[in-house]
Amino acid sequence: MSATVHVEVTVNGERREADVEARLLLVHWLRDELGLTGTHVGCDTTNCGACTVHMNGEAVKSCTVLTAQADGAEVTTIEGLSGGNGLHAVQAAFWEKHGLQCGFCTPGMIMAAADLLARNPNPSDEEIRHGLEGNLCRCTGYHNIVEAVKSAAGTGVSA
Amino acid sequence: MTTHVGTPMKRKEDPRMITGRGYYTEDINLPGMLHAVVVRSPEAHAAITSIDTSAAKERSGVVTVLTGEDMASDFAGPLPMVWAPPGVEIKTPEHWPLKRGEVKHVGDPVAVVVATSRHIAVDAAEDVIVDYDPKPAVVDPEAALEDGSPLVWEQFGTNKTHEWAVGGGDIDAALAEADVIVEHRFVNHRTSGAPIETRCSVAEARGDDLTLWSTTQIPHIARFVFSGMLGIAEDKLRVVAPDVGGGFGAKLQTYGEEALVLALAKRLGRPVKWVETRSEHMTTSHHGRDQVNYVKLGAKRDGTVTACQVRIIADLGAYQQLLTPFIPELGFPVMGGCYRIPAIDLHFTGVFTNKMATDAIRGAGRPEATYWIELSMDRLADELGMDRLELRRKNFIPKEEFPFETALGIVYDSGDYQGTLDKLLQHFDVDAFRSEQASLREQGVYRGVGFSTWVEVCGLAPSRAVGPQGVGLQAAFWESANVRVTPTGSAIVYTGTSPHGQGLDTSFAQIAGDILGIDPQNVDILHGDTDQGTWGWDTYGSRSLAVGGEAIARAARKVQDKAKRICAALLEAAPDDIELTDGKYQVRGSPDKAMTMAEISGAAHIPPNELPADIEPGLEESSFYDPENFVFPFGAHACVVDVDAETGKVSVVRYVAVDDCGPAINPMLIDGQIHGGIVHAIGQALYEQVVYDEDGQLVTGTFVDYALPTAAEVPSFETDRTETPSPVNSLGVKGIGEAGTIAATPAVAAAVLDAIRPLGVTELDMPMTPMRVWQAIEAAGGDGPGPRATEQGRALDEHGDGSAGSGPTGPDEGGAA
Repeated sequence: MSATVHVEVTVNGERREADVEARLLLVHWLRDELGLTGTHVGCDTTNCGACTVHMNGEAVKSCTVLTAQADGAEVTTIEGLSGGNGLHAVQAAFWEKHGLQCGFCTPGMIMAAADLLARNPNPSDEEIRHGLEGNLCRCTGYHNIVEAVKSAAGTGVSA
Repeated sequence: MTTHVGTPMKRKEDPRMITGRGYYTEDINLPGMLHAVVVRSPEAHAAITSIDTSAAKERSGVVTVLTGEDMASDFAGPLPMVWAPPGVEIKTPEHWPLKRGEVKHVGDPVAVVVATSRHIAVDAAEDVIVDYDPKPAVVDPEAALEDGSPLVWEQFGTNKTHEWAVGGGDIDAALAEADVIVEHRFVNHRTSGAPIETRCSVAEARGDDLTLWSTTQIPHIARFVFSGMLGIAEDKLRVVAPDVGGGFGAKLQTYGEEALVLALAKRLGRPVKWVETRSEHMTTSHHGRDQVNYVKLGAKRDGTVTACQVRIIADLGAYQQLLTPFIPELGFPVMGGCYRIPAIDLHFTGVFTNKMATDAIRGAGRPEATYWIELSMDRLADELGMDRLELRRKNFIPKEEFPFETALGIVYDSGDYQGTLDKLLQHFDVDAFRSEQASLREQGVYRGVGFSTWVEVCGLAPSRAVGPQGVGLQAAFWESANVRVTPTGSAIVYTGTSPHGQGLDTSFAQIAGDILGIDPQNVDILHGDTDQGTWGWDTYGSRSLAVGGEAIARAARKVQDKAKRICAALLEAAPDDIELTDGKYQVRGSPDKAMTMAEISGAAHIPPNELPADIEPGLEESSFYDPENFVFPFGAHACVVDVDAETGKVSVVRYVAVDDCGPAINPMLIDGQIHGGIVHAIGQALYEQVVYDEDGQLVTGTFVDYALPTAAEVPSFETDRTETPSPVNSLGVKGIGEAGTIAATPAVAAAVLDAIRPLGVTELDMPMTPMRVWQAIEAAGGDGPGPRATEQGRALDEHGDGSAGSGPTGPDEGGAA
């Protein structure tokens, strides 16, 4: 397993280069090599969505993307979502509406919600619930997450 | 200053968490850190005949590979179980972090690989060759009690771990006098806590000092336990619980892997990290529930309940972990519900099986009880031909009779059960629902409603009831707080509780801030670090607010008293004349003579002139609070579901909850706890089940097979409150962290049964998956034409159906019983 791949990835606006093991998952590169620990791992099977980041403007589960696949891509993590401008509207709405408790699923949930609103700026409750069904939360019962996404939608957010 | 208690203050925790700056155990990376991976048994029950670690050790980057034999001298004692009820022997096998001799369930740890990276350790773990001689396994608790069953532990000669009984009133007479008795076998199936953050532990040794960072709800208890296991003084071990990504009881445990990384760090002189995979979590983080409940409820013809007799068979799995045998009994104080029942008789039998140990999962003994109490009340009402809510009203303990001593000798602190039900019915019009239901049925839509009028017991404490002098836990349950005001007027509060999502940084700052006269934004709540503050008893059993919050209030009042004395000395007034008004300490009647807490604390630390000799410098106090009684939150819930008779799929379409946990400290946090608790219960009622096959193989090892509810499966909730103060603590508060989970399963289950009653179905065990519901409709001769296998339906069917011989399953499923 010693085969390495050279990658050049723009992460949160910063160009990063590395020689990585071919099997290295994007989430492990982000967390272990780049120190971007806001992206979490909660399962082994692409169910929980805690690892959700944006790749080339779309939400992906970074546990199911090889770092090698991200070569040439632009990746945004929770740390880079606001682009350095305070809080992104979805982050602010999660705070305002109590859309998080333990906070572990939260970065992935926020990244998925931001992607949802970028594709559908004014989703119905049902569209929000289906749009986030790839992200598991054990604490909130989703009620306030839905409220937060509705609230952020009202601000005309785009990812 | 405004009062902050009672307001929905936004959480102080959130800014770091929404920006990816939370600090969870897995985020910790230390210089020179090694990575441990555990080699686990694929067999449910087997003798270990050989372990060959040579290939693993040869792999580049592997530091060591150790077996149970190799580490036999690393531990001074085994993993503990802490229940020793007077006069009852609980069979408790030795339980070590790595197994020697035999493995007793799938996932039992047999070796550990330590390497310079986690990837290398995972690869090397594959190289460890373990030979097993398989033995017969037993997975069904009732089968395990039969003569001739395979024995999990041969030295005991039985799979029965213990029996325990409690009762009050003359149960034989009460049953004899009953006009009607309903009897039923209820199954509370096995579930997983499944926090989204799996477990992780990091250990570091510096000289003789060890530090453990761990995903734990119980850092103080962990230090107590692991210092003993390692044979070191307690002062040589620091335990830190950083941000913890949910617990739900699964992290209320002292796990072997925590002891293992400590021993490895000590042995190797380098930091060691272990990260649990989700599959490991499903396999070896303790499970919950797993009981069979045989219930008899007796009543007079007019509906007066006279007798409740229950025999509980609890599947404890293969080992006794921290609280394993006690969890079924934990619910006993409320095993008469919110009803006046003159005779209650409870009998518990614990059973070993070749499965992971059970222990506390959100609610821990109380959700199981609420399930059989509430569904038995429904059955009794049906038998009597009474309205289900009318039967409840007739038997509610009236609010005038609190504090109320039950037949079990338990004193319920306060309650207004009619009040929460009345409020529920203001939101939920039963007559309108019934007419809607009837018209929908004519259109082939099967809609049903279920109610739960629930009470629970929480706020663990009191030590005299739960500790050695009471039911026999070898621990105490008071809680501590240390409140310190800094020279510039900020407050630093250490609580002995250890939150993992509850929002205590916020609600505790509201409590302390109001009492001290400091803005809660400048009250820093510290927790989860045994080197930072007072000894504590951690977080579980919905105790943080009612015990830990009260300890903070008491310590803060001591600080307030001292602040008043300093203020009085400086303003040349009598201490009794100083009052805290609008954030200022002022002389009563002289608003111009006033000081802020910052001014007082400055003087306490750097006196501008000499303070009276009886006032020590500094501004810091502690409190150690052991309540006189438990607290008893309660409420009334209504759940509405639609059942697709053709597929068996259940959809929760409406849920209304009225809860009472006393005066709200932060109503936003209460609602959040209720929402999450209800969805946990919906998961249990409809989707989630830990399933072992008849050989003891775990079928539900991932989130593919173990179905947590997603946002798409649940509705938004309608919540409301009543506020009946508890007389037990000065804040009047009761716990709310487990309430939703305790309340909701019977409401959901009753709603499903109500929906499909026209199809002839009168009973059905949880989880009420599409397959089970459809099979029940088919068995009852219903008109469903057959399941349309939707994508979601298939996933749910798989986990709901692989239950043959998997422990307590319904009799209609060909279980091994």
